[in-house]
Amino acid sequence: MSDFKGILRLALQALVRNKVRSMLTMLGIVIGVAAVIVTVAIGSGARVSVQNSINSLGSNLIVVQPGSVTSSGARGGFGTASTLTPADGMAIAQLPGVSAVSPVVTIRTQVVAGGNNWQTTVTGVAPTYAQIRTWPTASGSFFTQNDVNDAAKVAVLGQTDVSELFPNGQNPIGQTILIKGVPFTVVGTLTPLGQSSLGTDQDDTVLIPYTSAMQRITGQTTVNQLMVSAATSDDITPVQNEVTALLTQRHQIAAGQPADFQVRNLQSIAAAASSTGAVMEFLLAGVAAVSLIVGGIGIMNIMMVSVTERTREIGLRMSVGARGATILRQFLTESTVLAAAGGVIGVIAGFIGTFVVAALAKWPTQIPIAWVILSVAFSALVGIFFGYYPAKKAAGLNPIEALRFE
Amino acid sequence: MWLEEYIVERTLEPVVRVEGLRKVYSLGDGQVIALAGIDLEIQAGEFVAVMGPSGSGKSTFMQITGLLDNPTAGQYYFEGTDVSHLDADARADIRSRRLGFVFQAYNLLPRTSALENVELPMVYAGVPAAERARIARDMMEIVGVDHLAHHHPNQMSGGQQQRVAIARSLVNHPGLILADEPTGALDTKTSEDVMRIFKELNEKQGITIMLVTHEPDIAAHAKRIVTFRDGNVISDTLRQAQGDRLVAHGDRLVAQGDRLQAYGETCHAEPVEAWKERVA
Repeated sequence: MSDFKGILRLALQALVRNKVRSMLTMLGIVIGVAAVIVTVAIGSGARVSVQNSINSLGSNLIVVQPGSVTSSGARGGFGTASTLTPADGMAIAQLPGVSAVSPVVTIRTQVVAGGNNWQTTVTGVAPTYAQIRTWPTASGSFFTQNDVNDAAKVAVLGQTDVSELFPNGQNPIGQTILIKGVPFTVVGTLTPLGQSSLGTDQDDTVLIPYTSAMQRITGQTTVNQLMVSAATSDDITPVQNEVTALLTQRHQIAAGQPADFQVRNLQSIAAAASSTGAVMEFLLAGVAAVSLIVGGIGIMNIMMVSVTERTREIGLRMSVGARGATILRQFLTESTVLAAAGGVIGVIAGFIGTFVVAALAKWPTQIPIAWVILSVAFSALVGIFFGYYPAKKAAGLNPIEALRFE
Repeated sequence: MWLEEYIVERTLEPVVRVEGLRKVYSLGDGQVIALAGIDLEIQAGEFVAVMGPSGSGKSTFMQITGLLDNPTAGQYYFEGTDVSHLDADARADIRSRRLGFVFQAYNLLPRTSALENVELPMVYAGVPAAERARIARDMMEIVGVDHLAHHHPNQMSGGQQQRVAIARSLVNHPGLILADEPTGALDTKTSEDVMRIFKELNEKQGITIMLVTHEPDIAAHAKRIVTFRDGNVISDTLRQAQGDRLVAHGDRLVAQGDRLQAYGETCHAEPVEAWKERVA
């Protein structure tokens, strides 16, 4: 008998005849596959959330910081030198592959609105900052290039500052806030961005034109950072190299001298974070795979018992004309169906388990479909591998002895 | 196909013809001679009982005749074809198409309906599902268990189970049914019922039956009784009326007539009662 449907039917009949045992045998595989699905779902959910929080810093972001200042032989670290100017930023904006540039001037200070005050970060930026950070306004509008040109006294508030400075729920648009005694008019508020991957509250900020920050508050001519957005992720590395070359030339750094600036991108951070996640994911999946193999050994064990117990049945099947190969295929199909069915039930259990974990622990989860297919395929493979020896044993029985077996 | 060829040939040939059939088992450093060189023929339409004490070789003879095993030496022609040295797969194929088995322990699949049990040999012979069910029901009707189609073996009496097993042996229209102590597990009355079924199958359907038993009462239902002892045939008794029938059968098959006639004349014409006394 060569037709697969017939063999499958025989195998299913045999499994249905022993419902309780079939279920218990499957349990090992069910738990193994469910464990794979849940652990991978948690692992890859964590990876995706890390990735998202890195992306929230800005798309294809390149950060240019001033170099270190050396005073009396003590080197101050990156950002301590005051070498970057808005003009550097404008030059960078002309480079190919650059979609936006914004100077960043950071001031930690007290902000006052009516009777409320709040210690926050005032950030002087260009209107392109909203685009670089992919950070839309929630109400009102962002300030414009004209505001930058005029060093206008306008401000856009992050959500934390909105609630701290206007706790009674009044509309902040059009209100006046004092930054180091300078009155600014609120023209817009930002959508909430949440915590950064480092745990700082990104909404705890006031954005003003960088010109206003430099001219009206700090009085400096240099900026703390230049944020550069590359057009695509492929442009990041070339842009980084071009920015380095451009600034080396503009700052007249001689060959062999240390640069007074530093160009970094966030991809390296993202890659490190995601590879850590991947290692965890594979580790967890490895542990789960071990339980799948244990489940497979369980199947082999039960199939061995089953072959012994059904020796007379095998003898009968042979005496009415089943070839050894047919018996082999029947038992192999039984163990494979058992394992694959266990795999499918395991996937369902895994989905339920993932849902429960996501609901109870509030962890981000994501079930990668490749792992679902992989674990079902692997469990079927486990069934074939561990079912082969018992099936071979059944096929090799002598029909006369099998019929006589007590 | 060789199978078709020998189905055509089989009408002209004895169902079973063995010449110098030997079977020797190695046992440690010694040897056990189960069959010491048997010559025997079973014609189409015969109902043969094979008797003998345990160790006489009758079971070994049935196993070789049923193509469950190969002989050590000698020739076995089944329906005219030499099957002495076939491999396991070829033997399985002939079993599935040309042989029916009935066992002492019924050997029905547990937790499986009677109908599915009867269908089993056809599954391995590759008969389509719809046809399987139809043939199985027909055969169950012949042996009077069609009302038990959806019962499981544990819901049936021993006699009913054995009838289902007989129906199972019939579904592939076998050239020979081998019944190994088919009444060994049944009480006297049920045994009689089962033997009546075999008799009817033989007389009405012309099915060739070889029955292995150690009970003279059971063997007495057969038309011919072959007795084994120590691996040899010690007696081959044909009842008178059956001898005449065989002679007539030989006449019909002109091609075979002479040989059959000679064979019929060599057979003993001993009444069964006298034979029973002698055996007992």
